This record gives sequence, C-alpha cells and structure tokens, in this order.
Amino acid sequence: MDFKNVRFTKDHEWVRFDSGDEVTIGITDFAAGELGDIVFVELPKVGASVTAHASMGTIEAVKTVADLFAPVGGVVTAINGALEHGPDLVNKDPYGDGWFVRVKMGDKKELDALMDHAAYQKLIGK
Amino acid sequence: MTALKRTPLYEAHLAAGAKLVPFAGYEMPVTYSGLIDEHTAVRERVGLFDVSHMGEFEVTGPDTWAWLDRIVTNDCSKLADDGILYTVMCREDGTVVDDLLVSRMGPERALIVVNASNIDKDFAHMKRQVTGRVELVNRSDDWALIAVQGPRAHDLVKVTPMLAPVRGEVDGMAYYRWRAFDSNGVRMILSRTGYTGERGFEIFVPPAHARALWDELMTAGASMGVAPAGLGARDTLRFEAAMCLYGHELDDETSPLSAGLNWLVKLTKPAFTGRDALVREKEHGSKKKLLGLELEGRNIARQGFAVMHGNDVVGKVTSGTWSPTLKKSLCLAYVDADRVDADLAVQVRTAPVAAKRVAIPFYPSRARD
Repeated sequence: MDFKNVRFTKDHEWVRFDSGDEVTIGITDFAAGELGDIVFVELPKVGASVTAHASMGTIEAVKTVADLFAPVGGVVTAINGALEHGPDLVNKDPYGDGWFVRVKMGDKKELDALMDHAAYQKLIGK
Repeated sequence: MTALKRTPLYEAHLAAGAKLVPFAGYEMPVTYSGLIDEHTAVRERVGLFDVSHMGEFEVTGPDTWAWLDRIVTNDCSKLADDGILYTVMCREDGTVVDDLLVSRMGPERALIVVNASNIDKDFAHMKRQVTGRVELVNRSDDWALIAVQGPRAHDLVKVTPMLAPVRGEVDGMAYYRWRAFDSNGVRMILSRTGYTGERGFEIFVPPAHARALWDELMTAGASMGVAPAGLGARDTLRFEAAMCLYGHELDDETSPLSAGLNWLVKLTKPAFTGRDALVREKEHGSKKKLLGLELEGRNIARQGFAVMHGNDVVGKVTSGTWSPTLKKSLCLAYVDADRVDADLAVQVRTAPVAAKRVAIPFYPSRARD
C-alpha cells in the first residue's frame, strides 16, 4: 500500500486524499489489531456534518468498544455499507475494503496538522 | 507493584504470536490468531488453554472431608472416589468468597482448584477456619494446568504420547471424574472438566513438564485443527454456556442463590459457613436475579451498564458480548427480583437498547456428551 497520500491521527485513524476536497477515512491496521475482532460499526449518516476530533461513530469489538473520531471536519458523502454485514472487513483489510466513510472537507488545511506515515510508524513504535 | 508472574508456557505463547495481558498477577495470552477463530476452533474442533494461573490447594488429614463439608455449600459426602465437585464457599453472611472445584483424591486428601485472582483471599479465608486434624497447603506453584476443550478433545488426548498411560481410560471417564497417572516418572492428573460448554479435559502437569506436554498436544492435534486459545475466547465460550465468572456474576457481595446456583447450595447439610444467611434468603427470596438478555441490534452490553425499566435503573450487566456462536448481542445481568418479567432495556452509553429476556445457558453445554 502506498501511503504517500495518507495522513494519520494519534487516535489511529487514517485519511486518504485522492482529488478535490473529498477524503476517505478508516482506522489503521494497528488500531484494528488492538481492538481485536470487530463485530459492529456505528457510522454517521450521509449528509451529516462532522467536526475534527469529535466522535462520529462507535466501533464495537468482542472485548472492547472504541469511539470513531473524525480526523477532519466536513460533510459525510458516503459510508461503507459493506460494514453493516461484514464488520470484520475492518480487521481483514483496514486500508481497503474496511474503509468507514468519505467526507467532503470544509477546510483542507486541517490535513496539515496530521502525521505522515513515517511519523505514525514512530508513534506506534514501529 | 510487583512484577507479573509467568506460567511455564510463557515462551510457547510468545512463539505462537500471542498477545499477552496482565491478568490476576500473571502475564497471560488473551488471543493468538483472533478471538473468534479461537472460539470457533473450540466449538468445532479442539483448543488448548494455558490455565496454569489457577490456584491449587491441598487438604489432607483424617478430618479432611468433614471439615470441607463445613467450608463449602455443596455436599462433599456423596463424592465418588474419583469424583469432582463444583461448589462455592461463602462467608457467614452468605456472600461468595469464590467458586471452586473439589476433587476427592482419597479418604484423607482433597485437591481444590480456585480462581487465580482469589488465591490469597481464599487461602486466608480457609486457614482462619481450620479446626481438627486438617492440613491446608497452597500447591499453586506445584502444578501447571492445560485445558483441552472441544469435540475432538478425546481424540487428541488419546494420541498424545505423554498421555499414553491414561489412553485406555479416556472414553470410559464420566464428566467430573479424574484419573491420576505416571508418565515416565512424571505424575499427572487428567480431569474431565472445563469452562467452555464443550467436551474436554484439564490436565495437571508439573511445571517443568508443561512445555513438553503443550508442544506434544499442538503436534498431535495438528491434523485435527487444534488451536491455542486465549483468555478472550475462554471468556466468550464460558459466557455462551452461562458459566459464572468470579468478578462478574459472582463477587464479594453476591449470594449463590441470586446467581442461580441453588444446585450448589445444600441447605439440608446441618452446618456450613453461610448456611443461616442462605436459609433466610431462601425463605424471603433473593432481592436480585441473574438473567440472560438479548439486545436488539449489535451494540454490546458491557459489564456495569445499567438495566432499565422505563426511567428506573432495575439492574446491572455482569458480562456481555457478541456471541460468536449464536451471532447475537447477549448479556448476563442482575435484575431486581420484582422486575424480571418487565420490559427491559440496557443503557448502552447514551441510549437505551431494548432487551428481551432469554433462557440461560444461551448455548446448551455439550460437556457431558
């Protein structure tokens, strides 16, 4: 996986910017591993506004529960419907089929505050 | 803070890629390949658990059985010569000190297995009550314990070289019976017990030989799809079978009657610690009752979440998870006795989630099969 266009938060979310203002959001391989088997993901609705660093959903794993924080603010343009019946996709493919939401960003500068791959690897001690 | 202890299988867990967590003063494997994979391996094939952290006490002396019958709630006098008894031990006020397995090793000898987190508390509680010709010794460091659980557990035990001396006995052993044997000079005990709701065994082995036995079980079980299973799967497996876990369904403030463990409390025995309080509770009825609840949707009810009836808090969740076998969100909860048939909900963080009462065990145990 090429992480050139991916940024990371200290809460272990990733943000991939492809083109324009839209970004794809998920949680990192490290986070999915720490949570263990994920059995339910509660996501915001399409059209909802989300605020950077505020909770926008919930991740239920067998052993624990975690908030899903919005790494950046904006409006939700898509959610990964496959997670409703296949929440284990987050464990199997966290950077691919296990993505959570797409957001149209309000302020692209918010990305500048996030970590690149090298900095994130350092954060998790890799 | 004292350093965490390690079981003799610590290196084996590291080699198998386990994630280790602190538990009851030990560094224990919580998962290896993934909790649901391990859970499924035990339900469908066979899994190995390192439960060496569990405590073992030995009671010896001419008064062993008369004394134990005054300490625990269940009836030791009816134990067969190779019998094992599940019981609780209470305080005078009827609250549970711990739940235990008591094995009859002889007319003057008992082996007691206690929860790892309660070893010191249990030993002190029992020691205080020692009377007569009884000696109580903590043997926890003398035994490692490996649980072999699942529909293929019998097959696996029969082909494991170190267990060859007991091979011929395996099929004839009833549930809750034990066999001691000598394997090349090493004394071991095979016990047909477990904590998963599946057929299986727990094997007591001296710590110096635990790694060899574990490796043999892994090798001999490879063709059966054996998997090492951690504390995570141990918890979801016992939860589905609605077996109590100390610190969740049982604690220092709970009576065995409210936990639904009436079958362990023999009020017909003339005297045992806690009897008077339990007789009164039986007469007046328990104030709370342990229920099984199924939540709507897929949110999980965690330990400590409130059980609601309308705006009233009427209970508290003791254990809850997404059941890997039944694929439902289930929990065990104590609910006020007068509200067990009311419309209930579990308060999941900010929102109440409707919950309907369902029979426990959620998963009918196959351990006796």
